[in-house]
Amino acid sequence: MTRRVAFIKVLVWGACLAPFALLVLRANGIWSLSLGANPVQEVLHVCGKTTLNLLLLTLCITPIRRSTGINRLIAFRRLLGLFAFFYLVLHFLVYLFLDRAMEWGTIVDDVAERPYITVGFAALLMMIPLAATSTNALQRRLGRNWARLHRLVYAIAVLGVVHFWWQVKLDVAEPLLYAVLLTVLLGVRVNHWRETTKKRRRASVDAKTSMAPTYQRVEPP
Amino acid sequence: MAQRIHGGIKPSEITPEGAFFGRRELLKAAVAAGLVGAMSDPGEAATIPPNGAFENLKKWPGSGDAKPNSYEDITTYNNYYEFGTSKSDPSKNAGTLKTKPWSIQVTGEAEKLGTLTLEDILKPHDLEERIYRLRCVEGWSVVIPWVGFPLGDLLKRFEPTSKAKYVQFFTLADRDQMPGVRSRTLEWPYREGLRIDEAMNPLALVAVGLYGKVLPNQNGAPIRVVLPWKYGFKSAKSIVRIHFTEEQPKTSWNMAAPDEYGFYSNVNPKVNHPRWSQATERRLGPGLFAAKTATQMFNGYAEQVASLYTGLDLVKNY
Repeated sequence: MTRRVAFIKVLVWGACLAPFALLVLRANGIWSLSLGANPVQEVLHVCGKTTLNLLLLTLCITPIRRSTGINRLIAFRRLLGLFAFFYLVLHFLVYLFLDRAMEWGTIVDDVAERPYITVGFAALLMMIPLAATSTNALQRRLGRNWARLHRLVYAIAVLGVVHFWWQVKLDVAEPLLYAVLLTVLLGVRVNHWRETTKKRRRASVDAKTSMAPTYQRVEPP
Repeated sequence: MAQRIHGGIKPSEITPEGAFFGRRELLKAAVAAGLVGAMSDPGEAATIPPNGAFENLKKWPGSGDAKPNSYEDITTYNNYYEFGTSKSDPSKNAGTLKTKPWSIQVTGEAEKLGTLTLEDILKPHDLEERIYRLRCVEGWSVVIPWVGFPLGDLLKRFEPTSKAKYVQFFTLADRDQMPGVRSRTLEWPYREGLRIDEAMNPLALVAVGLYGKVLPNQNGAPIRVVLPWKYGFKSAKSIVRIHFTEEQPKTSWNMAAPDEYGFYSNVNPKVNHPRWSQATERRLGPGLFAAKTATQMFNGYAEQVASLYTGLDLVKNY
């Protein structure tokens, strides 16, 4: 890691911890900040939205890398992803302890009978293996399968936005905005996949039809 | 000389400061204890003073001992979509609501139709303080000390005919005063309705104040209804029209999401909202660690209102 990357990482750490710090300040009434009349709901919302924000940011990294060539950006993806997991766990713990007061019966009911909680819980479960395999060692050990496993992030992001949408009472403006942003980010990915698949197909067709000798340089996928 | 310093009043005649300022509290306590008849504090007007504080309010015996939420919470955590859809929007934006002059139009199946000013509406009634629980359909609740009088007493003045099976309320919907009305979030004007016997129930309240002061704009100034046994959205704010009707009236939330919000919308822990459970509620206020409590049937007012619904399937008629 270069010193420049390390310095920027410190900044990113700070930015990722800021929402949490603000919640702590608000919860303790420091500088006349407050969580308002419904503090549990407010903490749930802030944690949930921060999770989505960070998830969307992680999904921005590869498109920006590809279009600008700044490969260094990859150094920040794990950091942002793990912070997204941090806020998701916080969101879930607040739900578990402060909203449901650990009444397991009602929690099982919620997951089974309230669709928005079913999808939220599914997203949480899916994110656990991603967080667990985020270390360099495991990334090496899993090889190709690591990338395959981490494609789950697309499903997690979609379920997260759906969870938000289905939870809103009437005004879908915010979840709609997230949905639009996510659609754009996923669309860019789909586009890139289609382009590379086309290139791969074209390369293999060229190899088959050209008059060149059998030894041929093939484009990496 | 020493005896004449204070313009002819002997020092011994001057009321000690503590007793002077404590006099009002003493009087209030005496009235509360029933020792003294409810009489005006000498020197104070019987009408609403310019500072908007009500005097000489009767205390409703059914208020119970639930501690009201803070004035801050009650006036900063509101659902009043005409001023924005977030909870803090109404207190931020409702300053543009013009509550003077105010009148209510009475239409439909009644003998005495027409338009009344707010003053004419209030004149014949005695105002009392009633502490009611308010349960929002979203799953939170508060306790509010309202100032008002029974809705039935108001409606009787208009002499509804036998055709008046229901009464409908309309909220103000002015695009200039209310920024939220410019978007089609709900069907404007906001409308709500009750069966006539529900409206005549002694628990149904016309409210003009809270915490002894006139209603803040974000709480539905200057006049609203409060139906504590139903989800909060039934308690329409800033009423401009009362309409007696033979047919069950349309209500805005039912128009927005018919499978989620019904006409009756009685608080009922056994009938869930399609997307979330109504079995528990969160009483606002006490902080991050207050536990959720079980929702009570009819918000705890079963004794007063259950008889309105005998034989009615409350699952079908949510």
